[in-house]
Amino acid sequence: MSLTVPVTIISLSLLALIFAVILYFIAQKFKVFEDPRIDDVQAALPAANCGGCGFAGCRNFAEALVKAENFEGLNCPVGGAAVMGAVAKILGKEAVAVDPLVAVLLCNGSPEVRPHTTKYDGVPDCRMAHSLYLGETDCGYGCLGYGDCVRACNFDAMYMDSKTNLPVIIDDKCVACGACVRACPRHLIELRKKAKKDRKLYVACQNCDKGGPARRACKVACIACSKCFNVCEFGAITIENNLAYIDAYKCTFCRKCVVECPTGSILEFNFPPRKPKTEEKVETKTV
Amino acid sequence: MKTFPIGGVHPPENKLTSGSEIQYLPVPAAVAIPVVQHIGAPAVVVVNKDEKVKTGQVIAQSKGFVSSNIHSSVSGKVTKIDTIIDSTGYKQTAVFITTEGDEWDETIDRSNEIITEIKLSPEEIVKRCLESGIVGLGGATFPSHVKLTVPAGKRCDVLIINGVECEPFLTSDHRLMLERGEEILIGVSILMKALKVNKAMIGIENNKPDAVAHMTNLATAFQGITVHALKVKYPQGAEKQLIKALIKREVPSGKLPLDVNTVVHNVGTAFAVYEAVQKNKPLFERVVTITGKSLSKPGNYFVRTGTPVKELIAAAGGMPEDTGKIVSGGPMMGKSLASTEVPLTKGISGIILFPAADSVRKESMPCIRCSKCIQACPMNLEPYLLMTLSEKGLFERAEKERITDCMECGSCSYTCPANRPLLDYIRMGKATVIKIARERVSKQ
Repeated sequence: MSLTVPVTIISLSLLALIFAVILYFIAQKFKVFEDPRIDDVQAALPAANCGGCGFAGCRNFAEALVKAENFEGLNCPVGGAAVMGAVAKILGKEAVAVDPLVAVLLCNGSPEVRPHTTKYDGVPDCRMAHSLYLGETDCGYGCLGYGDCVRACNFDAMYMDSKTNLPVIIDDKCVACGACVRACPRHLIELRKKAKKDRKLYVACQNCDKGGPARRACKVACIACSKCFNVCEFGAITIENNLAYIDAYKCTFCRKCVVECPTGSILEFNFPPRKPKTEEKVETKTV
Repeated sequence: MKTFPIGGVHPPENKLTSGSEIQYLPVPAAVAIPVVQHIGAPAVVVVNKDEKVKTGQVIAQSKGFVSSNIHSSVSGKVTKIDTIIDSTGYKQTAVFITTEGDEWDETIDRSNEIITEIKLSPEEIVKRCLESGIVGLGGATFPSHVKLTVPAGKRCDVLIINGVECEPFLTSDHRLMLERGEEILIGVSILMKALKVNKAMIGIENNKPDAVAHMTNLATAFQGITVHALKVKYPQGAEKQLIKALIKREVPSGKLPLDVNTVVHNVGTAFAVYEAVQKNKPLFERVVTITGKSLSKPGNYFVRTGTPVKELIAAAGGMPEDTGKIVSGGPMMGKSLASTEVPLTKGISGIILFPAADSVRKESMPCIRCSKCIQACPMNLEPYLLMTLSEKGLFERAEKERITDCMECGSCSYTCPANRPLLDYIRMGKATVIKIARERVSKQ
């Protein structure tokens, strides 16, 4: 009776010791070396797990950063220069300057300018409508308006405008992760270089039809008339597939093309008002 | 009575036009003939603007083996070659022709005489089908010459002729069997000769007893052709279901009827083959049912391809005011049209005008796991699961659950008590899985 307690203590302690020794050797045998810097780098990342860097999540990106010889092509769009600077400091490498981007919608076809010709009664999902037919309007390239992009956004940076039935991107919240770009079945969202004071200037149309049909389907369609191309002094505009495109890296925001565009398909945002001379002609849009 | 064993539904038949004789729709003033009226590569336009064409002249040449010739359905002048929104809902290249008279190509025999004797050899029959642009007229529009070419190592021992017409409303095949029965049977004999088989079975659903009796009566004069009445069940007109019902063979997943030694053709195709082989008339005309509960004069018409839908509606007494949706094809598998300018093509067997009250979807509610869709699925799939997988983007799993076996018959959506858009999601998932599989193959 009096021996029960000490025997129990001793036998259990012995068992614990044996298992500890076994576990120690097994742990040595199956030890996986993991760079401790991965944890540090991951801690520095925003933990958004948005996939904007092209990796499955922040952990994968951290592993890639540690392995990489230099940061070429590796960028966290959410954290931007600050986070990449911090990561570079941890790893003792040099950060590569990457221009911050912002998402823009390449369609301006509100119901007023792009009348509905049919009624869609199916599942309110852009992918679905796109797989079935041209859509409720005659433009087979424009925004369908069922909000796949808004649902894809993890940063609350998008909402559907009930009046225009188009998604709106909130510049301050957009981190350019590209989730909406991947969600849009019509490839209507582009990541463009972020300019000073959030200025934006781009052709808001993706209609590849010729001028006539494009204009009939939508009043603000790009008809590829080349007027903007001719007026641009910086070679920023190219015309391809019946569409004009403004290169954000060459554009100097002179706004001559905006005045010239006969359909108003070139949009400008966050610019100061024009001089009175041209103000009457141009419709300035602000978010 | 024979039928397929798994799944199936019984939608109301609504065969309003089964008693209306087939009439000829007047030749339209202008047609727009799309170059894609078949499965496979688009045909290449071989006429120019302002060129004069005759009825039956080739205006677009087939490109590749799985493709089909397109013929002019009217005589007149080519006004333009442009895009038009066709029954698929997308823009397609089409040849626009303004009609001037109705001058047929001289080689076409326009007499009403029935020619019984088959002069052409099997190879010549296949060639004639290719030249005449014959495609499956049941709706799938698969080029017939491909189905008549039995590849080496494969064998066909019985030809199945599809006179089922299981879709509600449609009566084009029914009327064709009643009015052109003998021509169809000669067409079947031609197909038998081309495939080198001596046995053909015509399957007709039992809701057409007059057609069963008529065809059985006529078939006694033909060697090897038998007519079989089938129990009414949708989708019996589907190839695999009809094979199972008639000869009790099961086409394995991802395989073709030829893998179980059979080939299926539609009665409409048999008639087109008769006309092509015996009369040298290419496929530029087919029977189309125009129907709808509010329509004043629903009927069956011989319609030239490229005729705008509005002409057919006008012939049927004009568009009723309460029309909410116009569907091309049957109500189960058909597709609603974007406008009445859409041209009629080889694959459209019917146009149905639904009143607005019948054309709205009911509110979709959550799945209650009642498994009605599983019982209704003729392909032994689990529609509720496939829908969820497509919705969540789990395409790998969807592929494992054989989403590509779905033939989009719509029995699941029809039977769902919660009105869930099952087929909508499955169709999208199926398209995505096929795309992923193609990319995988091209990578290897």
